[in-house]
Amino acid sequence: MNFLGLYNYWVFAVLLMIGFYAVVAKTNLVKKLMGLSLFQAAVFLLYITMGKISGGTAPIIQKGLEDAVFSNPLPQVLILTAIVVGISTTALGLGIIVRINEEYGSIDERDVQESDRR
Amino acid sequence: MSSIDAHLPVLQVVVPLLVAPLVTILRPSGLAWAATTATSFMALMIAVGLTAGALEGDIQRYEVGAWAAPYGIELAVDSFGALLLLILTGASTFALLAGKASLDQQIESGRQPLFFSAWLLVLAGLAGILVSADAFNIFVFMEISSLASYVLIAGGPDRRALPAVFKYLMMGTIGATFYLIGIGLIYMMTGTLNLADIQVRLVDVAGLRPVVVAIGFITVGLGLKAAVFPLHVWLPNAYNFAPHAATVLLAACAAKVSLYVLLTFDFVVLQPVLPEHDPHFGAFLMPLAVLGILAASAVALFEPNLKRLLAFSSVAQIGYILLGASMVSLPGVTASLMHMFNHALAKGALFLAVMCLATRLPSLELDDLAGAAKRMPWTMAAFVVGGLSLIGIPGTAGFTSKWYLISASLEVGGAGGWLLIGVIVTGSLMAVVYIWRVVEAAWFRVPLAEPTEVREAPALMLSVTWLAAAANVYFGLSPWLQTTLASNGARMLLGEAP
Repeated sequence: MNFLGLYNYWVFAVLLMIGFYAVVAKTNLVKKLMGLSLFQAAVFLLYITMGKISGGTAPIIQKGLEDAVFSNPLPQVLILTAIVVGISTTALGLGIIVRINEEYGSIDERDVQESDRR
Repeated sequence: MSSIDAHLPVLQVVVPLLVAPLVTILRPSGLAWAATTATSFMALMIAVGLTAGALEGDIQRYEVGAWAAPYGIELAVDSFGALLLLILTGASTFALLAGKASLDQQIESGRQPLFFSAWLLVLAGLAGILVSADAFNIFVFMEISSLASYVLIAGGPDRRALPAVFKYLMMGTIGATFYLIGIGLIYMMTGTLNLADIQVRLVDVAGLRPVVVAIGFITVGLGLKAAVFPLHVWLPNAYNFAPHAATVLLAACAAKVSLYVLLTFDFVVLQPVLPEHDPHFGAFLMPLAVLGILAASAVALFEPNLKRLLAFSSVAQIGYILLGASMVSLPGVTASLMHMFNHALAKGALFLAVMCLATRLPSLELDDLAGAAKRMPWTMAAFVVGGLSLIGIPGTAGFTSKWYLISASLEVGGAGGWLLIGVIVTGSLMAVVYIWRVVEAAWFRVPLAEPTEVREAPALMLSVTWLAAAANVYFGLSPWLQTTLASNGARMLLGEAP
């Protein structure tokens, strides 16, 4: 098995799990959101990696470079869209956290639950 | 006319998407409401046009920007998609028409244009999922609709909506990201994102591990979005604290659209390719469906708040829809699709009635409902019609899909089939009990204060609610529309000639 050759995929999996852990285990809402961003960023890495060909270059047709190997540009375009989606999600999430802080005076999940129970 | 017909699939998305930013600058808020309602009505008309095409039996395809598939993005509307487009645009139009007074009560008028803009984005996003035949496009539309629906839910006056929506945002994003990982792995193996093209190319690599992992990610991700038990924990609070009009829209269609993607992916793309698909699909989802029906109905039995009670009932209904699909037979999948339509009718009518109640009552706790039938007799009568349809009493829409479900279970045969029938009947009996709890509170419980004079909900709201209730009876007595679309859709999903 070529473990090091799959280096990027290992980083993908580790980042994904770190993000997921933060979402599940942290009670601070901002930390949860950071975890979520990390979780999404890991997927960006997965897409970019799969489009890369070793020795491949940017897919631009140039004179005198007829036999160049190109990396697949499509995953990068897809991930550009996914990054926009990720940014919007983070922005909306932060907006909700600001509102939660206004209403509850805390951004800790336990405090929020506690003050609704009363 | 025919030239417009060809563009209907894309217009379904483009019309609300274009109006959404315009609505934000419309003042006063009544004008924004009128523009949104008119757009929603236009979307309903487009959906009716697409349904008429689907009833003729053809899949309506559209190449965006005239780029041919699989290189370009393809839109395709079949019977299944048309069925859900009808539900979506119908629910949106009904909720907006009825919801004016309730939204004025719940959202201050300065913020209303923004709220309506988000509403149209939900409409455009969900419609986009239903018309798209491209896996990545579905992801983008899913996120458009989800982000906008977080805004809708957080728009209400109750501060508890905020933690609820944050939880929904977390779980919804994880679900969508799982889906993204899944289609990424599939793209890695096939090099295409067009659903029909994936199916063709997946044949060569079907047995390989990335494909299996991808299917796992996609199933769990969409299960999260669709609130499949036990991934439903975001749903009750999100529905409960959303503005009442938004609850009508979301309860009628949001989760079902994710189920649409799940079923389309599983049956159109994967089933013809993977030899072991059917037993795995059934073995994984059927227990979840059964548990969902029983557990969520049981929670609804003891829930003290009317809106949360109905939200838990929604989780149970998703169980029924999944149960039919997990039988992987023609009658089963037909029942599943029919139940999507019928449940949207029943829950739509129920949540419209809840909206009527909320305009006059201090809260929606069952205790505060005491004597409501004396003060709002028409509203409660509409609620009962919706409730009967939810239970599945003959003569209402809910009966037809329960009937199909039971006959599909009989076809499964053996002890397993009888067990499924037992689950369906038990779930329906529990529905009788939790609907009865509401009826009991409204009619027979003596209110603390003396019952005041009859004070009904605003006329427009009440008449739309009755229209929805009447639709439950109409489609119960003559279920041709949902039966035809559902059976055509099921044949298409299972790859049989119509």
